Amino acid sequence: MIEEATMMTSFAITPFEHTLWLIFDATLALLVLALGWLVVSSRDLKRAVVLFIAFGLLLALIWARLAAPDLALAEAAIGAGLTGALLLTALRRRADTHDHPVTAGHGWPRPVRLLSALLTVLMVLVIGWALFIASPLQLPGPAQNPVYQQLIHSGVSNPVTAVLLNFRAWDTLLELAVLLSVATGILALGSEQRPHACAGPLLRLLLRALVPLLVLMAGYLLWVGAYAPGGAFQAGAVLAAAGILLHLGGRHPLASPSFIWLRLLLVTGVGLFLLVGLLPGKGFLVYPQAWAGTLILLIESAALISIATTLMLAYRGGDRGGC
Amino acid sequence: MIEWLGWLLVFAGSAVFVAGSVGLWRLPDLYCRLHALTKADNLGLGLICSGLALLLASVVMALKLLLIWLLVLLTSAAVSQLIAHRALDKERS
Repeated sequence: MIEEATMMTSFAITPFEHTLWLIFDATLALLVLALGWLVVSSRDLKRAVVLFIAFGLLLALIWARLAAPDLALAEAAIGAGLTGALLLTALRRRADTHDHPVTAGHGWPRPVRLLSALLTVLMVLVIGWALFIASPLQLPGPAQNPVYQQLIHSGVSNPVTAVLLNFRAWDTLLELAVLLSVATGILALGSEQRPHACAGPLLRLLLRALVPLLVLMAGYLLWVGAYAPGGAFQAGAVLAAAGILLHLGGRHPLASPSFIWLRLLLVTGVGLFLLVGLLPGKGFLVYPQAWAGTLILLIESAALISIATTLMLAYRGGDRGGC
Repeated sequence: MIEWLGWLLVFAGSAVFVAGSVGLWRLPDLYCRLHALTKADNLGLGLICSGLALLLASVVMALKLLLIWLLVLLTSAAVSQLIAHRALDKERS
């Protein structure tokens, strides 16, 4: 996997290919800016959401061009795919409960809008100055990078996974706790949205073909995260997509688990992470070196289950029988 | 020689995608646009995948690209039918 990635980035050697890549990057940047403007300025909210999904996809391409494949995977799965699905259900829920068509309101008076536009331009200029003039980006090479120096002790060989689940495991634990609090909020406030119509034969065929593939992809992404781009968050997003597809085809016991199972699944991520962190050793979240790889895989599996359940719950809008 | 063929296929695929996008832009009706998009995207992706398979010159990657193409064929065909059915239902009601 890593060999293939380096093979792809070593294509641009000749000046001709360099110019081609430059044109590609410039087009990508302009497209992203244009799409961003269209998303913000369009009156029809459904159009804005669809453009937002395209925007997320282009952002994933940009991450890939910046040689950050983990981020590209996460952006495509979560930023474009899942966020788009969540926005579309939010739109539909609003359309179901209101009579007038869904459009972006005029809302704010003109001076406020001018002021916010001015502040946005100012922020872009300040960030550009900070990035390119004040302290130009100098990424440390692998020899000086402390992550690469400590990579052998971390238990995995993908530096991103090592940082996420070993060196900065505390941050990831807090992220999972935030997801748990999101799930608690949804359970407390939300009501489940039934699928719109029962699944016809076409949708059932699609489900039969796609859901096993998505589960397989999620398992692969989880496993491969130790030594190549992947990991629990991307795998969790793919598994959540499988659950959302199942839910679209009619209420399925796997997609909407029972009361006690739902809570168990939601709590697994944070719970297992805490247990592993509290293992007797040199400190909280300091893994015994010989077991580091296994413990990381264990934590990632638990995180996968929790992330997928939380995202599926977010799509459904709440648990069945909610208020 | 194989590289030139690969690049030719990739460019042909891109041209087909452009044709599909022109169809999306200029065709009058949702159903016409769906038809144009699905056919053009499937063919365009097939050409690009075969071009990339030739450029990468590896059997494993060629098989992976073939699987990607088949998956996109399945999902885009099914999804375009679903969109058309839904639009038809909305029109009738």
